[in-house]
Amino acid sequence: MSDILTLLDDPAREAERLAFAGAIGRPVGVRLAGGPELAARPGTVAAALATLAVERDAAAVLLPQGLFGAEVAALLALRLGAAAITDVVAIDPDLTATKPIMAGTAFSRARVTGGLAIFTVQPGLEAPPLAEPAEVVELAPPAAAAGEDRVAVLGLTPRAASGGRPDLLSAEIIVSAGRGTGGDLGPVEQLADALGAAVGASRAAVDAGWVDPSLQVGQTGKTVSPRLYVAAGISGAIQHQAGMRGAGLIVAVNEDPEAPIFEIADLGIVGDLGEVLPAAAAAVRAL
Amino acid sequence: MKIIVLVKYVPDIEAGYQFNSARRLDRGGDGLLNQLDEYPLEQARRLAEQFGAEVVALTLGPDEAEEAVRRALQMGADSGVHVCDAAVEGSDALATALILAAAIRRLGGADLILCGAGSADATTSLIPVQLAARLQIPALTGAASLTVQDGAVEIRRDLDAWSLQLAAPLPALVSVNDKTGEPAYPSAKAVMLARKKPVESLDLADIGVDPAAVGAGGAKVEVASITPAPARAGGQILDSESDDVVAAFVALLQANALI
Ligand SMILES: Cc1cc2nc3c(=O)[nH]c(=O)nc-3n(C[C@H](O)[C@H](O)[C@H](O)COP(=O)(O)OP(=O)(O)OC[C@H]3O[C@@H](n4cnc5c(N)ncnc54)[C@H](O)[C@@H]3O)c2cc1C
Ligand SMILES: Cc1cc2nc3c(=O)[nH]c(=O)nc-3n(C[C@H](O)[C@H](O)[C@H](O)COP(=O)(O)OP(=O)(O)OC[C@H]3O[C@@H](n4cnc5c(N)ncnc54)[C@H](O)[C@@H]3O)c2cc1C
Repeated sequence: MSDILTLLDDPAREAERLAFAGAIGRPVGVRLAGGPELAARPGTVAAALATLAVERDAAAVLLPQGLFGAEVAALLALRLGAAAITDVVAIDPDLTATKPIMAGTAFSRARVTGGLAIFTVQPGLEAPPLAEPAEVVELAPPAAAAGEDRVAVLGLTPRAASGGRPDLLSAEIIVSAGRGTGGDLGPVEQLADALGAAVGASRAAVDAGWVDPSLQVGQTGKTVSPRLYVAAGISGAIQHQAGMRGAGLIVAVNEDPEAPIFEIADLGIVGDLGEVLPAAAAAVRAL
Repeated sequence: MKIIVLVKYVPDIEAGYQFNSARRLDRGGDGLLNQLDEYPLEQARRLAEQFGAEVVALTLGPDEAEEAVRRALQMGADSGVHVCDAAVEGSDALATALILAAAIRRLGGADLILCGAGSADATTSLIPVQLAARLQIPALTGAASLTVQDGAVEIRRDLDAWSLQLAAPLPALVSVNDKTGEPAYPSAKAVMLARKKPVESLDLADIGVDPAAVGAGGAKVEVASITPAPARAGGQILDSESDDVVAAFVALLQANALI
């Protein structure tokens, strides 16, 4: 069986990534020394992975979804004359990959023809656990790749933490706030805390400064697939839907019965979120 | 200072789109300027105000893609370049970046190349860094803010837990996201002036790209099938004035073992 290299950049996702790789070949984890500034050095990471992929004649390299993973994929493809497929949600044993396209309104199945196949993979995908522990290679990143040696990291500032709530990408339930909250996050947080849920947001709520940008769901935010997504005061623009239409169940609370979010909601509640959410939270706590 | 802004023509997803029998996007339908490319155009407009820079909008796409360039001219670009060639159809990201790099070289390069964060149709975000690598210039990507000073460009890149402050000397490529500031809506006067701005059309021969290296023949990604996402049937709609919506919500949680 050929090696499937998988970049382990997040300790919380190592088991999941290795299991996913194990479903299509022999999983080999790759850990890279380096801190957050590695995000500005995708070419350097690509150089290290290229050497390893060639040495081992690997069949595929799996990278995390997101800008950093896409850039490593792009530069690895360029280095090896290979090709990359981004944002995949499933890979068959013959390395045909499925991914959402056109803002999540369609899915494509595509294959890399010839040479190394490079994928960026969505977080949270299910795969059977490995029977035995996978090999993990620790790599020291090589010297900065050409071009990147001219990029200077001038500063590194920590950003606000999520207040102890579950991570958006692993959460079983997400309660998301839109412009309709008017900036009062109280009702959304009450329901989220009653359900043990993560808090998400639309771009409008983020741009208004009510919610941290790391919690934005949608085309330019996170793609989430919780079992339940509650959209509160969110109209359901296509760019928002792109990030959440894969949720198991969708509940929408909106005062406008014409809001497009109702077209994809399993349960639509026409009403004022300031009343509905606290009442729902109280009912959940009383169970 | 010379700035090249990369703009893509994409289908209007909300208006509907089609894939042809070769599983390639039918680019002839209703399309528009990729909305995420309005942000680099806005940054270019602001830099032009600040420094008196020359702004060129560059697109690669079918005949209709000239619309994206026209929109860019309304939004402040001084001139446009449209690379169009039948041999391009079916190109993967690698070939797209190859063509864009050749076009930029033919235009004599630029001090600053600005890209959007991704396209609305494919959204691979593979292009900007591949392009910078081919042009052998540094890339600063995912900028949430951008400033140019003393021959260098500085950006803020937000990760989940960290903000990075990054800088590179010009010439450089920067991709900017939708946190950099909303684009100004073009005035009636700007729309009128845009009609007189020049748009140059180039084919692969003009920029010295071998047609065999690009297009479906050169692509290393082969699309096997395209299927619509499973329709999400709208479910039950209740009114909080007349229905017991809390009971319905709790029943849904219980029926799906969510509590
Ligand atoms: C290139 C691009 C990328 C984008 N990326 C994203 C993205 O990643 N994520 C994203 O979310 N958006 C994105 N957008 C923006 C998107 O188009 C919408 O503008 C945005 O999603 C709207 O947010 P909203 O639903 O919170 O606000 P609105 O559309 O203003 O909706 C607010 C809703 O709240 C309802 N409401 C008001 N008061 C109440 C109340 N008291 N109780 C209940 N309901 C109430 C209203 O009826 C309305 O439906 C993007 C746009 C562009 C152009
Ligand atoms: C549905 C679909 C899925 C695809 N998936 C893949 C895939 O997984 N792997 C792959 O190799 N190819 C893929 N392709 C082909 C790829 O989309 C094209 O090569 C495309 O032109 C470049 O990729 P992008 O649109 O994702 O650009 P992105 O990298 O997302 O775009 C970033 C920025 O680059 C600039 N830019 C991108 N394209 C152009 C252009 N034509 N003209 C001017 N500026 C531009 C814009 O500023 C844009 O904001 C796919 C195509 C489609 C239609």
